[in-house]
Amino acid sequence: MQSFDLAADGLRALNATLHALKDHTNETEWEIVNPRGAHAIAVGVDAPVEITVRGSTGYYCAGMNKQATIRIRGSAGPGVAENMMSGKVIVDGDASQYAGATGRGGLLVIKGNASSRCGISMKGIDIVVHGSIGHMSAFMAQSGNLVVLGDAGDALGDSLYEARIFVRGKVKSLGADCIEKEMRPEHLELLAGLLERGEAAGKARPEEFRRYGSARRLYNFSIDNAGSY
Amino acid sequence: MTDFPHTPPRFSWTFSPEVNAEIRRAAASGIYDIRGGGSKRRLPHFDDLLFLGASISRYPLEGYREKCATDVWLGTRHAKTPIHIDIPITIAGMSFGSLSGPAKEALGRGATAAGTSTTTGDGGMTEEERGHSKTLVYQYLPSRYGMNPDDLRRADAIEVVVGQGAKPGGGGMLLGQKISDRVAEMRNLPKGIDQRSACRHPDWTGPDDLEIKILELREITDWEKPIYVKIGGARPYYDTALAVKAGADVVVLDGMQGGTAATQDVFIEHVGMPTLACLPLAVKALQDLGQHRKVQLIISGGIRSGADVAKALALGADAVSIGTAALVALGDNDPALEDEYRKLGTTAGAYDDWHEGRDPAGITTQDPALYSRLDPVLGGRRLKNYLKVMTLEAQTIARACGKSHLHNLEPEDLCALTIEAAAMAGVPLAGTSWIPGRGGF
Repeated sequence: MQSFDLAADGLRALNATLHALKDHTNETEWEIVNPRGAHAIAVGVDAPVEITVRGSTGYYCAGMNKQATIRIRGSAGPGVAENMMSGKVIVDGDASQYAGATGRGGLLVIKGNASSRCGISMKGIDIVVHGSIGHMSAFMAQSGNLVVLGDAGDALGDSLYEARIFVRGKVKSLGADCIEKEMRPEHLELLAGLLERGEAAGKARPEEFRRYGSARRLYNFSIDNAGSY
Repeated sequence: MTDFPHTPPRFSWTFSPEVNAEIRRAAASGIYDIRGGGSKRRLPHFDDLLFLGASISRYPLEGYREKCATDVWLGTRHAKTPIHIDIPITIAGMSFGSLSGPAKEALGRGATAAGTSTTTGDGGMTEEERGHSKTLVYQYLPSRYGMNPDDLRRADAIEVVVGQGAKPGGGGMLLGQKISDRVAEMRNLPKGIDQRSACRHPDWTGPDDLEIKILELREITDWEKPIYVKIGGARPYYDTALAVKAGADVVVLDGMQGGTAATQDVFIEHVGMPTLACLPLAVKALQDLGQHRKVQLIISGGIRSGADVAKALALGADAVSIGTAALVALGDNDPALEDEYRKLGTTAGAYDDWHEGRDPAGITTQDPALYSRLDPVLGGRRLKNYLKVMTLEAQTIARACGKSHLHNLEPEDLCALTIEAAAMAGVPLAGTSWIPGRGGF
């Protein structure tokens, strides 16, 4: 395992080192020690490597990740795995606002709770939250899947496009144009796979969830819907 | 009955025929008017300024013989690879989606031939524009449509868009008729829906967050790319100062004459400040921070000629950016298409329903039958010609003021034709030494 001491060598050296990794590297396992809540840790990585951050992170850890598996052994600040393209990011603790924002692919797993706007504007990412999520989550979410084992806050899925939301607990309120939808067999199958990949298979069964999605009433502007916005 | 003269028909200034027509339109449709372009009001503008030229106390440079340089560096503050362009006129961000593929290609070709940059828009980077643009600025917008680290790295600069002059505080919209298969795929949205772009970024709010966001973008791109921050003309002094504080290499400031692909008319005409009013405040912010010319300033919104370029630079901008003017150079609103504009219920020069996707000139459309009318090679040549003319015009003025570089123009070279312009630009009213607001009155 390669070890990088962030406190000693600094952020620029860390990301430059990780960016230098190519598809065919033998340096496939990394740990980052002394993260101390720094911002922009392991952003823009594009190699099939495994990175463990030993501690909590600031903003945008694992931003725009491609291919890498990044595990945070602590909690994550705002925008963890924002705009992720592929790979996997696991947060052992809680995540702050905008977790997985605009993510286009890959899997984000949050073992604790996620704050507001989890999955905002998501574009293909899958997000599995073992705990609960805050208000305005999945706002304008375009595609991908958001799975929540706990509860969801106010205005879930406001102005939703084609993303799917699965919540096991209570939903405080649904946002504009977000409705509960029938859970069909293909959704149960999809959810089972997400729970498995999201390290939650032993914690919950697909049948315990409800599915939410877009009513598609706001897809084309109508003055009669102006009050919905 | 006495036959007195009748009072002639008199229209109300307040309830003019145009105003009444809009009231009737609103009453019939129940929806506000949406259109493209920027403010159509008569606003204080660069037209209200004049250059003084050389005299006994200033001597001019010889046209055609003595050098008047026009090049600009952008991104020298932090970027490892700042941009160097030949002329101080760049092409503003306009999306593939709002514009056709051939139009984006033409902008890239024209800008490259003239030695300047072009900019993506709210729809991601297309191969046409990357392939035909030597210097391409990649916009980082609230919607993040198509955003990915590979395009960030193959861009020459990154522009974090906070606001736009036509609609400071507003998001974008692209109506369903322009969401073709390709546009839908690039934006990861269903075909044919009305696409709304958020007015705020999804993962940061406020200047402290912006600083961290810029740090992230720099780290992803290994500190190579210049990072611009684009703001709409709302509070230019503070917004410029905050952009500098957040770490911007370049501030792009767009006044209310700056265009949009589609926005409510009430927003375009009633929110934001004129470009002329914005520019000196941004320059003042840079000067107060000791960053003038170090953090470069690009001004946009109603730039049409070399005179506008020279005036903007004299007031302290490092470069200007054009959008609407570039589209006109490509053929937008050409009177040669008058018959077709009439069929759309408008006339050449007034056509602004860019959001409907029925542009006869093939520029603001995704209809193959229409966009195939635009020859990107010819369009690129027209844009190159126009950019070169603007540059020559600006040089002509600068030489007349005795300047060997366009950046050597200064407010002292200007006077104002109106009290309003004098106050906004901070230059004396013509024939006086009076700058309203300075010296106590």
